[in-house]
Parts: sequence; C-alpha cells; structure tokens
Amino acid sequence: MSSSRPVLEIRDLSVAYRTPSGDVKAASHVNLSLHKGEVVGLCGESGSGKSTLAYGACRLLRPPAVITGGQVLYSGSRTGTATALDILRAPQRDLRAIRWRDVAIVFQSAMNALNPVLRVRDQILDAMQAHLRLPREEAHEKTAKLLDLVGIPRERLRSYPHELSGGMRQRVMIAMALAADPEVVIMDEPTTALDVVVQRDILAQIVELKEQLGFSVLFITHDMSLLLELADRIAVMYAGQLMELGDSADIKVAPAHPYTQGLLRSFPSLHGARRDLTGIPGSPPDLRDTNPGCPFIPRCEFAVPACAEVDMTLAPVAGSRGIGHVTACPIVTPEMAKVRVPTEGVRS
Amino acid sequence: MSEETSDPTAVAEPVVTGEPAPVVQSVAAARGPLALEAIGLNKDFRLSRTQTLHAVQDVSLSLYKGGVVALVGESGSGKSTVARMLAGQERPTSGSVIFNGKPVDLKSRSAFRAYKSEVQYVFQDPFSSLNPVHDVGYHLSRPVRLHQGRSVEVQREVMALLEQVRLTPAAQFKPKYPHELSGGQRQRVSFARALAAQPSVLLADEPVSMLDVSIRLEMLNLLDDLRKRLSLALLYITHDIASARYFSDEVLVMYAGQVVERGPAEDVTQQPAHPYTQLLIASAPDPDNLGSVLRSGNVAAGAARIGRATSGPAPVGCPFATRCPFVDDKCRAENPALQRITADRAAACWHLDRAAPALATGAIA
Repeated sequence: MSSSRPVLEIRDLSVAYRTPSGDVKAASHVNLSLHKGEVVGLCGESGSGKSTLAYGACRLLRPPAVITGGQVLYSGSRTGTATALDILRAPQRDLRAIRWRDVAIVFQSAMNALNPVLRVRDQILDAMQAHLRLPREEAHEKTAKLLDLVGIPRERLRSYPHELSGGMRQRVMIAMALAADPEVVIMDEPTTALDVVVQRDILAQIVELKEQLGFSVLFITHDMSLLLELADRIAVMYAGQLMELGDSADIKVAPAHPYTQGLLRSFPSLHGARRDLTGIPGSPPDLRDTNPGCPFIPRCEFAVPACAEVDMTLAPVAGSRGIGHVTACPIVTPEMAKVRVPTEGVRS
Repeated sequence: MSEETSDPTAVAEPVVTGEPAPVVQSVAAARGPLALEAIGLNKDFRLSRTQTLHAVQDVSLSLYKGGVVALVGESGSGKSTVARMLAGQERPTSGSVIFNGKPVDLKSRSAFRAYKSEVQYVFQDPFSSLNPVHDVGYHLSRPVRLHQGRSVEVQREVMALLEQVRLTPAAQFKPKYPHELSGGQRQRVSFARALAAQPSVLLADEPVSMLDVSIRLEMLNLLDDLRKRLSLALLYITHDIASARYFSDEVLVMYAGQVVERGPAEDVTQQPAHPYTQLLIASAPDPDNLGSVLRSGNVAAGAARIGRATSGPAPVGCPFATRCPFVDDKCRAENPALQRITADRAAACWHLDRAAPALATGAIA
C-alpha cells in the first residue's frame, strides 16, 4: 500500500435493508481504500453485499436500503480542498458535482443500462450535458472521441443499443463512464454476461485506458480467477463483511481465510496440472441471521467454538510476507496459512 | 455452404494425412455402450424470405453410457440448438439422431413420450425453470407419474429422488416452494426432475453457469456422481472450457454452428489445434498467471488480441477467417471439414501445419 492519501476511502461503512422481518445487514463495518492508479478487486458471491457496498459508497442506494454508519472520503485532485469530502454527508450540490465527473460507475448488464429508444450518441450527449455543460460542437466531438477510445467505429454513433453486440454495448457503457475523465471508476461485473474472448478484450481495454488516463478502478466480480490476473489488491467479501484483503500475489500464494482458500479451490484451471477441487460445502448464509461471530462458521472446516465470539475486524495475517495482508479470521495460524492449493490431484 | 461440406463422408482433402478423413473415435466410448448418436445434424432458421441462418452445420457426436461429452462454445455458436435437436425439441433440417441403434422418430405422441423418458434435459436457469406456484413435491411427482406409470409408489419415489440429489432430509424439502430454496438447491431439484423419468441420457445445458462459484463445483461433482451411479450418458454444454477439462471425457468446440475441433478433454485444452480453440484458451482467466498480459500493460502483444472479438463469423469460407491469424485466400473461399489428427482427435482448419505444428507432424509420424 502506498503511503499517500487514498483517492477513495471507505471507513467502517454499514448498510442495512429494512424489511418487515428485521434488518438485513448487507454490509457491516467495511473498510476499504483505493489509491491512485490502483485496481482493487472486490470479490464475493451473489448476495455478499459487494454491489451494495459500491453503490452505498456513492450514495446511490434507495430505501429500503439505509446507510447505518461510516464515512466515505473522497480526496481527488479536483476537490481543491485540503480535507477530503465525505460523500455520505456532502450536500446534494457537491454530490452532483462529484458523480460522473470524479467517480463514475459502469453498471452491471449493459443490456439493461442503456436506453433502448435512444441512439448511442444521444445517450452519451445526455450524460455529458448533465455533468459537463460543454458547447454543442465540442460535446459532439468528444462523443466521437470517446467511441474511438473504446474501439467502436464512429458510424456506430447513430446505432440503437439493440443493433450492437453485447461486447459493444459494454464498451459504450465504459465510454460513458470515462466521458468526464473520472478519477475513480467503479465497475460492477462489467464482463459477467460476455464470452471469455470478448471479456479478455474488454479487460485489456480497461487496463490500457487506465494506464493512459490514470484513473483508479474498483472492480466488482464473483470471478476470483479473473481478479488474480487483473487486480493489484483483492478484497474478499462474505455475508456483508470483508474476510480478507491483500495483494493479489499474497491472496493467491498464501490465502489466509478459510473462505478464500475454499474459493481458490473452487474453480478449475486450464493450465498446469489438474488440481484436486473441493469447492465449499453448504450454501451462502441468510443475512437476516444475527448470530454473533464469523458468518462462515457453518461452512468452515476449521471452525472452533471460539469463532462464534470473534469480532470481525481485520488483523494482519501472521507469517504473511505481504504488507497490508489482513484477514478477519483470528484463528489463522502460520501452519494454517500454509494450507495451499494442492498442485496435483486426480479426478475420480 | 456447399453441398460437399455437409456430407461427412465426402470431406475435402485433409492437409495432414492426405487421405479422406476417417471417423474419429470418441474417448467417451471407453466408458460404456453407445447411447445416443447425432449424424450430420443441420439446422437452418428462416429469418426472412431471402435470409437463412445456418444455426448448426453438419454436427456429429456420440454419447456413451457413463461418459461425458462437453460441447463448448460462445453464446450463439449453436450448442444449445444441438442439444434441443437431441432432445427432440427441435426438428433437424437434415441429419439424423439415433438412439440405441434406431433412428429417432417423434411423429407420434407416444413415441415422443417414450423418447423423453430416455433423454432428459436440464435447463440453465434454476430460477425460471421451476414453477413458482408449485412445491418441490409437485415438480417431482408429475414426471414420476408420467414416465414411471401409475403403479409406482409416487411419494416414495419422490423421496428417493430427493435423496439421490442430496436434498436431505427429503421430507423437509418436499413441501418447499422454489422461492424458499437457494440457487444450488433449485438446480438440485431440476436434476431430480430430470432423473424422475429414469433416463439413460442427460442433456445438461449450462447447468452451473447461473450458480455461485463456490456452489458450482459441488453441483458438477453431484452430476458426475449421478453419471457414475446411474451410468448416464451425459452431454455437458458450457462456455467454460476449464470446467470441461475437469468434467468431461471428450470436448467438442463449436464456432458459428460448426464443430471446429474435437478430442479428449485433456489433449484439447493442453494442446489446442484449431486457432479458435487456441484463442478460447488464451482468453480464459488464468489464475496461475499473476504477471499476466493484463498486468504487464503489454496488452497489444498478447495472444488475446488475435482478431477483434467484435468481428462476426464469415459468411463464406471458414467462419473463423475474419479473426484467424493464419488466414489466407483458401480459408476465405472454402470451409474446411473436420480432419483427423490422431485416432481420437480432429480439427477443421486448412492450416493445421502452421496453427499446430507439433500436432501436425505428430500425425504424420
């Protein structure tokens, strides 16, 4: 982790969904920071609260979702003040100024995020008019440039979303997010519905653009194998809480939390020797349960009675080389951290 | 498409062996007797008076009892259409489906039902393939009555099915409604529903792609276990070639409605012959490759950039010609047929000697 101030810092953020049968804690006490030019991967199963966390950080959630605590500090170079802006407490006017210009989101499923009755050009222009107030000519020129940036031919400006392939639609979404040259781009499963070949193409494009334009990326996905390749740091989320956070290399080589270890043993690999795959038994938890302690207990092979009493704060992993490699599992001993992905295994 | 290429016996001159390509032997054959066979399946969809979509072109495959054949390809490559033709849901434009040595004829209602009780389909989406207003017991008792006759003890059979897919205690799951179940549990119900007909062939269309990563493996293991215990012939349709490596005996790679490569799962994934298979494997996320193409920033040089993914298949010649690095005039003019590389491998490419030199020379030796 670099010593400079992070661009975006999520501090102790908690989000709950109010339901008649009680609060569903979709995110509890999450701490996560994003530095300049960094790609942080947020990984978790469906319902683990990863999207809630990201939208909560931008104050984009609607009731019944309620932010029950925490701060989200944005300190981009354009805020101009010495102190960071707390997005959760900022007045609407400041919020409008930040959104899209400084913090942009690429939403999940480009199929639904684009307006089907508007041409691609009009949608991008619309966003630019709302946030940038450019003169007409300039806005048109910029729109065309944006499409160049993401590798879509200019004549597609006149197309409607249904005339584009899934990959192209996703590229349009990325182009729109980059319209105002943001400092932070939050990407919520931007490639999930796409084929692997298209996915790789788009990821390569994102990395290329990131290096060219220097923004930071918070990349949300359920695909751990993708993050290992793409992200600088990975945050593993389960049942609304961070389980582990660390450099991709540390997560890959020495996963500390049993859940992370399980995830790494869950996906088949294409290259190298076949591994023994075990997966994670059981099913994801019901977030209405308010059992104290670690939410992973029912599925954890190392669970001990003490697990029911741990507070889920992140602490440095004992014996890990990585600085900033932290986990919520306090019973992780150096021996346990050595439980690695077996390199060989046989299929029955 | 020319007439010659749609006939498997009259394939064009193979570059590798110089002889007409003999039929490739599936590795799945070692698992058990032949159950279901597709020969030269074609499916055209009329889009308009002048336009026809060749969704599936000349696909042949064999499913053996106790064996798994994976059909891999991107969305729109025709893999589901193949499965639907095998399931009798879709009538092939030409070609035939042969079950237990006899051509399948689904003209009469009773023949269709008899076929259905042998060949069952598992759908991709467990969230929409179960009826929200009926409980689990209803979903399972109906096919049991339909396919096993009225003489069986339906309720006992339903409990046995639930136990088979490890939804235990079964009595607790029987009265539940789909919305009370997790995605994995719902997909188990779909498996149980397919098994209720006591089939010998199971066609699983992306059975795990809607499920969470941590659940997927368990479901694949369950499917594998059922295959072994009931000696099912299994067709596993997926876009995830890595899971095909672990789970199947033979892999068939489809592109634009055609099988471009087939062979033992391990061989195809470790030493792909066809340029498209190579692209597919180069594109799959590789967790072992931490300092990868993406992170190094050297994106343009990577194999992943072979051909932009935005270009569609070519209308004439080899469908992959628009994206292939080995393309020449022959590829643009003529569509290559599957050519045998080894006894159990084949690929449809004019330039195997350049695309996969190691394999091509190995075939000659």
